[in-house]
Amino acid sequence: MSILGTRVVRTEDPLFLTRGATYTDDLVDDRLTGALHATFVRSQVAHGRLLSVDTSAALEAPGVVAVVTAADLSDLVPLPPPFPFINQEMTRPWLASDRVRFVGDPIAVVLTEERYQGEDAAELVAVDIDPLPAVVSTADAARDEVLLFPEAGTNVMASFGEPAPADFFDGCEVVVTQALVNQRVAPVPLESRAAAASWGADGRVTVWCTNQGAQQARGQLGDWLKMDPDLIHLITPDVGGGFGAKIGADPEYAFVAWLAKHVGRPVRWAESRSENLVGMLHGRGQDQVVTIGGRRDGTVEAYSLVFDQDCGAYPRIGAVLPTLTMLMAPGVYGFPKVHSQGRALATTTTSIGAYRGAGRPEATAAVERAIDLFAAEIGMDPADVRRKNLLPAFHEPHTTPMGATYDNGDYTVALDKALDAAGYADLRAEQARRREAGDARQLGIGLSVYVEITGADNGAGTKEAAELEVHPDGTATVLTGTSPHGQGHATAWAMIASDQLGIPVEKITVVHGDTDRVPEGGGTMGSRSLQQGGAAVHQAAGELIELARRRAAEKLEANPEDLVVDLGMAGLAVRGTPGVGVTFAELAADDRLLVNTVFNANAPTFPFGAHVAVVELDVESGKAQVVRMVTVDDAGTIVNPLLAEGQRHGGIAQGVAQALLEEVLYDEDGNPTTSTLADYPFISATELPSFELVEMSTPTPMNPLGAKGIGEAGTIGSTPAVQNAVIDAAAHLGVRHVDMPATPMRVWRAIRQAGHNASQEGN
Amino acid sequence: MIPSPFEYVKVRSVDEALAALTEHGEDAKLLAGGHSLLPIMKLRLAIPTVLIDISGISDLSYVRVDGDGPDAMVAIGAGTRHFELERDDVARTEVPLLPHVAGRVGDPQVRHRGTIGGTTAHSDPASDLPTALLALGGTVVLQGPGGRREVPVTEFWTGFFETAMSPDEMVVELRVPRTGSIGWGYEKFTRRENDWPIVAAAAVDGRVALANMAGSVVRATATEEALARGASIAEAAELADQGTSPGADMHADQEYRRHLARLLTRRALETAAGV
Ligand SMILES: Cc1cc2nc3c(=O)[nH]c(=O)nc-3n(C[C@H](O)[C@H](O)[C@H](O)COP(=O)(O)OP(=O)(O)OC[C@H]3O[C@@H](n4cnc5c(N)ncnc54)[C@H](O)[C@@H]3O)c2cc1C
Repeated sequence: MSILGTRVVRTEDPLFLTRGATYTDDLVDDRLTGALHATFVRSQVAHGRLLSVDTSAALEAPGVVAVVTAADLSDLVPLPPPFPFINQEMTRPWLASDRVRFVGDPIAVVLTEERYQGEDAAELVAVDIDPLPAVVSTADAARDEVLLFPEAGTNVMASFGEPAPADFFDGCEVVVTQALVNQRVAPVPLESRAAAASWGADGRVTVWCTNQGAQQARGQLGDWLKMDPDLIHLITPDVGGGFGAKIGADPEYAFVAWLAKHVGRPVRWAESRSENLVGMLHGRGQDQVVTIGGRRDGTVEAYSLVFDQDCGAYPRIGAVLPTLTMLMAPGVYGFPKVHSQGRALATTTTSIGAYRGAGRPEATAAVERAIDLFAAEIGMDPADVRRKNLLPAFHEPHTTPMGATYDNGDYTVALDKALDAAGYADLRAEQARRREAGDARQLGIGLSVYVEITGADNGAGTKEAAELEVHPDGTATVLTGTSPHGQGHATAWAMIASDQLGIPVEKITVVHGDTDRVPEGGGTMGSRSLQQGGAAVHQAAGELIELARRRAAEKLEANPEDLVVDLGMAGLAVRGTPGVGVTFAELAADDRLLVNTVFNANAPTFPFGAHVAVVELDVESGKAQVVRMVTVDDAGTIVNPLLAEGQRHGGIAQGVAQALLEEVLYDEDGNPTTSTLADYPFISATELPSFELVEMSTPTPMNPLGAKGIGEAGTIGSTPAVQNAVIDAAAHLGVRHVDMPATPMRVWRAIRQAGHNASQEGN
Repeated sequence: MIPSPFEYVKVRSVDEALAALTEHGEDAKLLAGGHSLLPIMKLRLAIPTVLIDISGISDLSYVRVDGDGPDAMVAIGAGTRHFELERDDVARTEVPLLPHVAGRVGDPQVRHRGTIGGTTAHSDPASDLPTALLALGGTVVLQGPGGRREVPVTEFWTGFFETAMSPDEMVVELRVPRTGSIGWGYEKFTRRENDWPIVAAAAVDGRVALANMAGSVVRATATEEALARGASIAEAAELADQGTSPGADMHADQEYRRHLARLLTRRALETAAGV
């Protein structure tokens, strides 16, 4: 029986749980002996002219070796926007020189012998800022009255798509429009950002930093520092979560490398949690308007999603997210007409990056809310409206009006499985009973059906490299360009190699995150790793078997065609005579048994699923509690259910968090009001029920494993399901919409408002 | 997230603590569980230069009945951790509201560190145990260079982070009346289970106290008077926010807080009355 599909326990966990992992800030390395500690002085003002920076008092403070300001950066040029379609005037200074654009914008760096000295000395750097009006919302930004980059002439970083034709909804019996907020959230990985750098006598720099792909991070460092990437040895130590915010490098990482050269000593930096909450990329941040039109029988005829993406002060990945949202706008539905248009806008806030789902959850949230609004308007069960409009099952690629080519899917089965497992009819009956009784605790049932794109071209293409070597002692090493930070690649990649070679999982070591050992790679993001990195390991194992077959044929003087893999002996045996042959280890003793390969998927995959959320809503206080989460998440072939379920659990939890709890907030002056974990409400186990996971597997033809992505699906599906459930619980009171997070105060106010409206209509 | 430099002194007795307080004056702070003090030090909202650690004073941790008959009081040492109070058998029988509320503070880590003396002295209007103490009545026992004195709980919390305690005094004990089988109710409203209350209401024996409805924990006097007049729970609860001055934050504006105070008061009173 194949090891694939079995619940192999994570091989990396004993290390994580006993000896402890080595995160960047924990590194003990000769090259970092005598390292200075960098402390950033960051702007406390959202927007303003930087008049002066006085470092004299800080320079006198204990342990201070240097204080660096923009005046010291003559050999650095500002960072260009990350994409060619962005207004090219919107460059990012390494340290603010004449203007600050968000609370957290770096102004100076203090280098000290001890870390604690840095925090004290940083307080002594006197910064004089003449405040300018803050630009906190996309609506403010779009007015273009206050500009972050006056030389750009606008706050619009980029525009995508055209307005809908005037007659787009003509002929529809019913048209519903609603403004939706897909709020800004903070990724909050357990490990906040950290970097260290040390220059060698050979002119090469070694940079350690926490990230989701060493090769991409190295490429960015090379671009920004105008260095040959070969001169950069980038090492990714253990990483404590990323959620998209650690894709590539942050400017601070490159700056640490520059500082190390500047002072001629190794430098290290690790941010505090408060610094993380303003300094690390945020996620989401879209203001949307959905319009949905169709017939009273439930058929949707036209759908439009127009939105503004808040990108924060400087363009990062957030500026490209509108393209993904637009691509996935119609989701699982076969709407005949689909329109989408988006803009990327600069605001005086922390920059927006990719966050678990990155652009796709925003699309799903919009369409799943729109379907419910449409269902409420025509008085039909939302499950029926969905069923009526879902794309029928397809086994050949299907191209949507927005130009996405879905590999395969059966959305109706996904929905039915979820409804069955949830006991939908019984839930509706219980809901009716509580409504009838006028209970304080009402039941809400929320649905979402989703499809998303995984393994999309992230700039490095849809390919991934793998190297596989079997050693004479019977162990094997896998080198991968993917970059695990919690997912369990070490276990899964070993399983894939083991499946073909018969070498036990515990004898296979998976290596990643060192650009000298693995120079090419796409990292771990966009749910790409198994379908590309795992497939590369699969391909490498196949190639290694062929190499071994040629060598074994010579050694055994046999016909290569007569040699078959014997998993029991981890080698090749003569057909019909099991046990007679040669092991891979023996072949490796003769000559290195090693292959290097690149797998190219050529196309992304489109995992899909359906979620049913059940909430209990205290209609007197407005507080909702999730009592059940039933999910179907079809990611094609599952290599290890334990790992896949882990991804689903975390994803679902993060979606519930966005629906009910999390939101990064700024006051009208652009001051963040959620910059500590006392104020930013991330989710914990006490707010979650046990999840009910339903199985469904539709293998993709896009890779030999049949695997689609699973890293982000849970988040994409659960967020709108929970939001819909909260609204559903108060639907009988007249509530049609509540923005996320559906806080008790918001829900209470929506219920009250609906009550007012009803009594006014009654007059 | 790194505090300013400070000196650290560990004391073994109340006398040593008081001597150290006198010696270091205004720059010194007592350190009990550290779960209110250290977070504000990390944010540099408090910058004491000397910390006097009182967590090693072992005879400050107890729960016992003092005296007998109807006047007997339950005495709780200031160093008693929330977790100890939650599990204490004497407290559970004599004044069950308190251990229940202790079990609702924060999360297990917080409950294993935080002390009733610390939460009393800190005077955060959103704190759970002071709300319960205020509803129960009783006194805060202070000790200073001039000896011991008792301050009624109704006079102790004077404002946001302000109390009737002077800088050279410390809390050594809390004294509350036994309530035994008298009904009680506690309603704590949070977004997450381990959060501070957005609003909380404690009800026992016709008295109601509210968390986070003013600069300090407060009694819902209008409700109490209505109950004394014989008003129904629903009627009395409608008056719960009278005389309060709630603040606004991202979780609740003033209007919503007032609504919560009325709702939670009604529910706490209903629980206390067994309905
Ligand atoms: C994550 C988190 C969640 C929390 N959630 C809640 C919650 O839900 N509800 C709630 O009520 N509280 C909550 N707390 C606060 C917790 O209960 C604290 O432990 C408590 O408020 C303070 O007690 P402490 O012993 O830790 O005091 P410390 O932090 O040590 O001291 C607090 C203040 O009191 C002074 N002090 C301490 N002891 C004495 C004494 N004997 N005499 C005079 N002055 C003294 C100190 O000098 C200091 O000024 C939370 C704390 C954290 C960190």
